[in-house]
Amino acid sequence: MVPDELELTWERLRGAVSARRATVDAAQWRAGAEALSRESGRLVALWGSDRRDLGEGFDVQAAFAVRDGLLVLRLPVPALHPAFPDISAFFPVAGRMQRALHDMLGIVALGAHDSRPWLRHGAWPPDVYPLRRDLDAATSFPASDAAYEFVSVSGEGVHEIPVGPVHAGTIEPGHFRFSVLGERVMRLEEHLGYKHKGIEKRFESMRIEDGARLAGRVSGDSTVAYAWAYAMAVEGAAGVEPPARALWLRGLALERERVANHLGDLGYIGNDAGLGFALSQFSRLKEDWLRLNAAVFGHRYAMDFVVPGGVASDVDSSGIARLEAQADRIEREVRALRDTFEEHAGLQDRFRTCGIVTTELAVRLGLTGLAGRASGRSEDLRADLPSPPYDQLDVQVARHGDGDVAARVSVRFDEILESLRLMRLILDRLPAGALTIGCPDPAPGASGLGWVEGWRGEVFVALECAPGRGIRRCHPHDPSWQNWPLLEHAILGNIVPDFPLINKSFNLSYAGVDL
Amino acid sequence: MPILPFASQFLETLLAVLAAPLLIGWVNQCRAWLQNRSAPGLLQPYRVIRKLFRKESVLAQNASPLFRLTPYVVFGSMILAVSIVPLVATGLPLSPVADVIALVGLLAFARVFMALAAMDVGTAFGSLGARREMLVAALAEPALLMVFFMPSLIAQSTSLTTIVETLAHRPFALYPSLAFAAVAFVMVLLAENARIPIDNPATHLELTMIHEAMILEYSGRHLALMEWAHALKLVIYFTIGIALFLPWGIAEAGNWIAIPLAIVALAVKLAVGGAALAVLESVSVKLRIFRAPEFLATAFLLAVLGMLTHVLLGAGT
Repeated sequence: MVPDELELTWERLRGAVSARRATVDAAQWRAGAEALSRESGRLVALWGSDRRDLGEGFDVQAAFAVRDGLLVLRLPVPALHPAFPDISAFFPVAGRMQRALHDMLGIVALGAHDSRPWLRHGAWPPDVYPLRRDLDAATSFPASDAAYEFVSVSGEGVHEIPVGPVHAGTIEPGHFRFSVLGERVMRLEEHLGYKHKGIEKRFESMRIEDGARLAGRVSGDSTVAYAWAYAMAVEGAAGVEPPARALWLRGLALERERVANHLGDLGYIGNDAGLGFALSQFSRLKEDWLRLNAAVFGHRYAMDFVVPGGVASDVDSSGIARLEAQADRIEREVRALRDTFEEHAGLQDRFRTCGIVTTELAVRLGLTGLAGRASGRSEDLRADLPSPPYDQLDVQVARHGDGDVAARVSVRFDEILESLRLMRLILDRLPAGALTIGCPDPAPGASGLGWVEGWRGEVFVALECAPGRGIRRCHPHDPSWQNWPLLEHAILGNIVPDFPLINKSFNLSYAGVDL
Repeated sequence: MPILPFASQFLETLLAVLAAPLLIGWVNQCRAWLQNRSAPGLLQPYRVIRKLFRKESVLAQNASPLFRLTPYVVFGSMILAVSIVPLVATGLPLSPVADVIALVGLLAFARVFMALAAMDVGTAFGSLGARREMLVAALAEPALLMVFFMPSLIAQSTSLTTIVETLAHRPFALYPSLAFAAVAFVMVLLAENARIPIDNPATHLELTMIHEAMILEYSGRHLALMEWAHALKLVIYFTIGIALFLPWGIAEAGNWIAIPLAIVALAVKLAVGGAALAVLESVSVKLRIFRAPEFLATAFLLAVLGMLTHVLLGAGT
């Protein structure tokens, strides 16, 4: 699946992720992206780094998923007027990543049809790029008012509804601009970036072991996935492997994270359709689930359980017994609630044909993760490129072809049941041995990648190390980058009051993309 | 002029106004129990209203006097409406003031003010809520009138007092047509009081709101009055339903001894009705807003069917 005609020299990257990297020029960058798009590769992440202090220019890198792993294209760009060819023509999902890249590093995507700022909200002056290494992170700037130009829809009777960033409920901030005709949505435009807090800049002043804590906090609901992806990147950079028991316990924590989030989402999806019963039942199950997490992992969301080199604590035999007993009980209750959902005519009326993303659109625009699997895609890292412990678990991928809210609900139910099965297998076969090899010590300049199937989709981390166990650059990538633009499509032709339900059925991360 | 009827009218209205939040509290409590949640106290709506009265009322800079006036108009209309409905006794001084048609008009009057106030400040949500409210109202009001015509035909009068006296104090007779009207009335009650399946009183999702979207810009004492008026409206609908379909126990004009019993009967009926509302809300979900016309058209159809049944079975009963 590697585009051979490009004649690139691939360098195999160390680590658990099967990845190859090639340094390309601008023409190869564009041709590579085109070839990968033609051969149904997927864009996983796009990021840049400032290498001017090393006597070079900037770097733009893009990671693509192909059948046997990741391909990373690395494009050096000059320090003066840094620019690179736009690839959003081949991968529409690259659009926002390229805009964010410009906001952070000042590297221009040449030929991109949309060059509006994305993360830049007027918190720093136009000529300042926060991720450049010559900018001190402590510098503060007076906030200016940055007007954002929304695409306007004109026509008889069309009007706009601005929603957010402050909402009536306690949810993350994001602005949604609806252009509606009566109740029918003609266009939705998202404007995010309100939670930008300089996470990438913060990484650069941290040591590797502290970075693990920050990585686990990029998006709190995916803390295990991020911490694992980060740990994978550190271990890859150092060329070490954590003990088997640690990997299996990470798998346990990741599946528990998946179940916890799915339980919460199912309750909220029901509640958004007006079924308060669903919320109270699923909240109860989730709360039980989190309390056992606290007892077993020492934290309700297993935060800081995964550390570079292994895991922070062990699960003893009494913990295993409790986890197994709970899995049995939750499975019974989830099956009963699934029947309630599926037999509730009113609920099904709200769910079915609501917020459809067709398979064709999902493929073309790169929908990923859970939402992708509800729209007929079948990618799941746990099954496609299984790393331990998943290579021994034979993960069954939950799929649905309808792409509506009902499909995303159904995939969640299927994944809960599959995760419960995986958890039982993990608990059954948990290998004995050490928990950690201690925090690895990668060489300065070494780089590593982490790629983990979180509950929402693929969480990706690219890490480059600095001398003294420091971090030169760390780019955490949330699958929400891929899926936010699809939400704009899912709502088209639906009515305004169905948006919260559709939005909740995706449940994307704001913090994860605002960084 | 006899003092007693007027004192009685005053006390009845006062009782209804003061006790109105209790019904909301009871419905919320029942809902919480049905969802396995620990319920808020029965007096929670009073605490909310007290809290709001103590808070500063923040007004949008471009709010017109209409915006400030509306809470008082709405609250006042509800007080008048609740005075018209025979709660515990018929033949009170205010009863002849208005018949059921005027009552529908009074409720519509309050609604028009609310919709205008919602659009007054010019926020997207206010207009959104007002638009949806008018969609629901345009369909609910005819259905409500049809519901009222049914018992009016039986009682040969549109006065609530006459209807109650006819239905409650005549020898018991079974009116199948009233069953149709009762179902239609419950559907209208759900729609008019912003309950599931038309609206969701517990929602925090601004895009799905109807009633809540209209009062989104209100705060402090204005919001307190709006909330209180909303509680009163639910009581009005419940008591209309009781007067039309379960009038037994309402004291006859001049029969002062029966009043304590009537109060107990009313409390029991409201409690049962509130619990039933909570059950209805817990087992159903909110309809897509474009299903609301179908829902209300069904209510209208049922009311018409009730009338037809009445006419076909002969009005001689």
